[in-house]
Amino acid sequence: MRKRTFLAAATALFLAGSIGSTAWAADKLKVGFIYLGPVGDLGWTYQHELARQALVKEFGDKIETTYLENVPEGPDAERAIEQLVRAGNKLIFTTSFGYMDPTLKVAKKYPNVHFEHCSGYKRDKNMATYSSRWYQGRFIQGQIAAKMSKDGVLGYIGSFPIPEVISGINATMLGAQTVNPNIKVKIIWANTWFDPGKEADAAKALLDQGADVIMQHTDSPAAMQIASERGKPAFGQDSEMIKFGPKVQLTSVMDTWAPYYISRVKAELDGTWKSEDTWGGLDTKMFQMAPYTNMPDDVKKMAEETQAAITGGKLQPFKCPVVDQDGKTVPCEGGDHLSDKQILSMNFYVKGVDDKMPGK
Amino acid sequence: MYLVLEKRAERSHTIALVSPLVAIGLTIVTMSILFAIIGKNPVAALDAYFIAPLTDSYSLQEIAVKATPLVLIAIGLSLCYLANAWNIGAEGQFLIGAVAGSWIAVKTQGTDAGYWVLPAMLLLGAAAGALYGLIPAICKVRFGASEILTSLMLVYVADLFLDYLVRGPWRDPAGFNFPTTADFDPVATVPVLIEGSRLHLGAVIALVVVAAASVLLGRTIKGFEIRVVGAAPRAARFGGFNSNHLILLTFAISGGLAGLAGIIEVAGPVGHLQPGISPGYGFTAIIVAFLGRLNPIGILIAGLFLALTFIGGEQAQITMKIPLDVTKVFQGLLLFYVLACDSLILYRFRLIFPSRQVPRGTG
Amino acid sequence: MELAEAIILSVLAASTPLLIAATGELVAERSGVLNLGVEGMMIVGAACGFGAAWLSGSIFVGALCGIAAGTLMSLIFAIMALGLAVNQVASGLALTIFGIGLSGLIGAGFVGERITSAPHLYIPGLTDLPVIGRIVFGEDAFVYFSLALIVGVWFFLYRTRSGLILRACGDNHVSAHALGYPVLRIRLFAVMFGGACAGLAGAYLPLAYTPFFIPGMTAGRGWIALALTVFASWRPGRLVIGAYLFGAVTILQLHAQGAGIGIPSQFMSSLPYLATVIVLVALSRARTGGSTAPAALGTVFVPDR
Repeated sequence: MRKRTFLAAATALFLAGSIGSTAWAADKLKVGFIYLGPVGDLGWTYQHELARQALVKEFGDKIETTYLENVPEGPDAERAIEQLVRAGNKLIFTTSFGYMDPTLKVAKKYPNVHFEHCSGYKRDKNMATYSSRWYQGRFIQGQIAAKMSKDGVLGYIGSFPIPEVISGINATMLGAQTVNPNIKVKIIWANTWFDPGKEADAAKALLDQGADVIMQHTDSPAAMQIASERGKPAFGQDSEMIKFGPKVQLTSVMDTWAPYYISRVKAELDGTWKSEDTWGGLDTKMFQMAPYTNMPDDVKKMAEETQAAITGGKLQPFKCPVVDQDGKTVPCEGGDHLSDKQILSMNFYVKGVDDKMPGK
Repeated sequence: MYLVLEKRAERSHTIALVSPLVAIGLTIVTMSILFAIIGKNPVAALDAYFIAPLTDSYSLQEIAVKATPLVLIAIGLSLCYLANAWNIGAEGQFLIGAVAGSWIAVKTQGTDAGYWVLPAMLLLGAAAGALYGLIPAICKVRFGASEILTSLMLVYVADLFLDYLVRGPWRDPAGFNFPTTADFDPVATVPVLIEGSRLHLGAVIALVVVAAASVLLGRTIKGFEIRVVGAAPRAARFGGFNSNHLILLTFAISGGLAGLAGIIEVAGPVGHLQPGISPGYGFTAIIVAFLGRLNPIGILIAGLFLALTFIGGEQAQITMKIPLDVTKVFQGLLLFYVLACDSLILYRFRLIFPSRQVPRGTG
Repeated sequence: MELAEAIILSVLAASTPLLIAATGELVAERSGVLNLGVEGMMIVGAACGFGAAWLSGSIFVGALCGIAAGTLMSLIFAIMALGLAVNQVASGLALTIFGIGLSGLIGAGFVGERITSAPHLYIPGLTDLPVIGRIVFGEDAFVYFSLALIVGVWFFLYRTRSGLILRACGDNHVSAHALGYPVLRIRLFAVMFGGACAGLAGAYLPLAYTPFFIPGMTAGRGWIALALTVFASWRPGRLVIGAYLFGAVTILQLHAQGAGIGIPSQFMSSLPYLATVIVLVALSRARTGGSTAPAALGTVFVPDR
């Protein structure tokens, strides 16, 4: 008998508790995230996770955040996004290009939920897009690299030949050519975003072939560490990697999504959220340059001036005329510089890149 | 006194029925302890994993969607394994099937090609998967090269080949140079069964394949041959069965089914060809095959069950904030327990007292 | 010449984890046990090895912990495959899933930390010799150990009585049992040795190769190690050739890209795998007679009483 009353009481308590918590939760805005890698990948996903933590810090009890990590960009993505919707999330960030079509499909199905897709080009009434003008940072890196290189040969580790990476290589070269018109770049495609061992091997191969500055568009700090062992300057990627190369990191293009995420969540809370395309650069702090370190003062000064010029809109990395590697001038569709569309779908190397474009 | 394992005279039907339940019970106990250690409510966590996904029709449909490729591939693999042919490269056959089928979709894009497109894609996908599966089989039969190695290596080759195609020749011209083909036309898409859901015709095809495999193994001479060659190779030789022939046949069937699964996945839930179309289906299906005791009906159940743990794992991440790594540990443990309990169908434990032990070497 | 030296150094470093893990698996398979869980044991070895090295500040302690972790993982497999006579392929795959999850949980605490990588040997005079100096006298301890290990395993398998018994278990467990050898106990030791090697190979990655831990950092090397044992047709000598060949093709394709030869990089990346298949087919073809696989490989054994 006693046992029974106890159970009944416990059930009642449990029910009361759950009803209470639902009512309470209804006041909160639920914000969901879909991550490509594990939260501890030190690169791409890690930076999104830091921004999510910044959201929690900023809004406290007003929001509740959830994430699904390691979501492959294939058939599982659509389900993962829909699961977040069904769990009551009203604003969902899908943080990789490959989630574009799945996000769009789910967005069409749930018109009252707002979606934010990172680095894609398809939008809808309830699906916004956002990305960074990383190429601006790469231009600065190119200038620094050309100054720091003794032999005029840069080593570049590419992940996959998508426009973001191609425009990064081109911006690097255009920046470097302002310092040294004869600069050379060696490119190795790792065909992976993430395999520390392979990234390290690629860095070794580049250094062994005579490159004396290492830059990468893959996610782990492995290349930085190899450069550090050999005492050759290098750039970080996605995040601050100075810890892995305290004597060699020059700077790093760091993804800093927090300001954007905070502004979007604020808009959602205020009821002013609109579907937009945000392609932010240095001026909006969508990404930031890690402190300029391990370089002479004049190089540092040059980098800071270039950064200021780009931030102020006075300098366009892809200023016309842009000449491709075959010597043809690229049509200038954006006034005095290449248009956003040209940069977003970039599929050619600029003059001076002595490498065959993959897939061409 | 110590415990030894010994073979039963015949398989225990009681244990065959009870063993999955015991395994699930053991997993629940172990995971409850683990959840308590990491500070999560075990009851709520187990609810998220096992119960919640089974209580709404959306999750049930998604379980079927996830299970479809797993079951298709695992059925083929089970035939291989029954015949003692070790195909562990189903992932590559899956990818090649997807690539080959997509070829028709890409070539007919934007034309007024009729309803023949999808059937042709499925056929070509299956045929290409079968051919790709035959490579390790031929290397084995003709040169004696281990099929375990060659089939595994060919997975990486298929992966990079697909990557090359979608970044080069087959890239969507309107796609900002991102690595994907254009979305397939409606005639090149696997139709969904229920409007607004992702449950597609592939699920029906998987059921048909399960039924066909049951008939093949249970009621035909070929099926008998496959089982005999695997279970008793010497007897099979005396019976005049050609094991080389069976290696080729089972590899072709399993490659074909993996290829079919690949093109169905691409023309169904994904809708275009892109890198990363398989979250490791070809490898997960190996587990499904063994979990299902290499039996078609068992594979169907095992495929659905494994799909449940994936969907439950997502719900646990969402509602309980349980990291994905815990779900992996959970899946691993569950597999250990299920396999261990299944072992008692064929074996039993016996206590041995040393004084009565039979001297070594005379057993 | 300098470039050749540099390439050889890179190849040795890239091949070492493959060689260590494959050596362990070779012994396990020679005793008749196919453990497909190498990737899982490696990644747990990597997580534990890095954690221990980070906490203790000692690479040696890290390596020992990696070995211990790999051994413990292999014990789970042994309970399944040997104790309970469960299918080895399925048990091994389950071990890999389990290990990937477990390593993530263990490693979560020290993601983003770094250590100083294992020191390289330096003998004044010898290490400074041109061309061969750094290759022969300038490696880290893991490289020398991996070579000692494979020589030791060769000696054990072909020159000792215990090695002969172990091979007998792998070729015909029924006969070995009939002759009075404790088949299961021998296999247990072989599986544990395999686990220890996989754990060490995993630990090599964060201790010497890329001195930090990231989930999933083994990136499929366990599978390559498995493939190499088959490639080597279960012979230690060929294993060395296979591991270095695979490492060499991996590194050379990167160099070919850096030199700008204009072949699609996907094709270059698939070269190591294609080369492995082609060489294996060529080897198998040249060999007369049947397969050299241990005859009892992958089959369960339950002693008759």
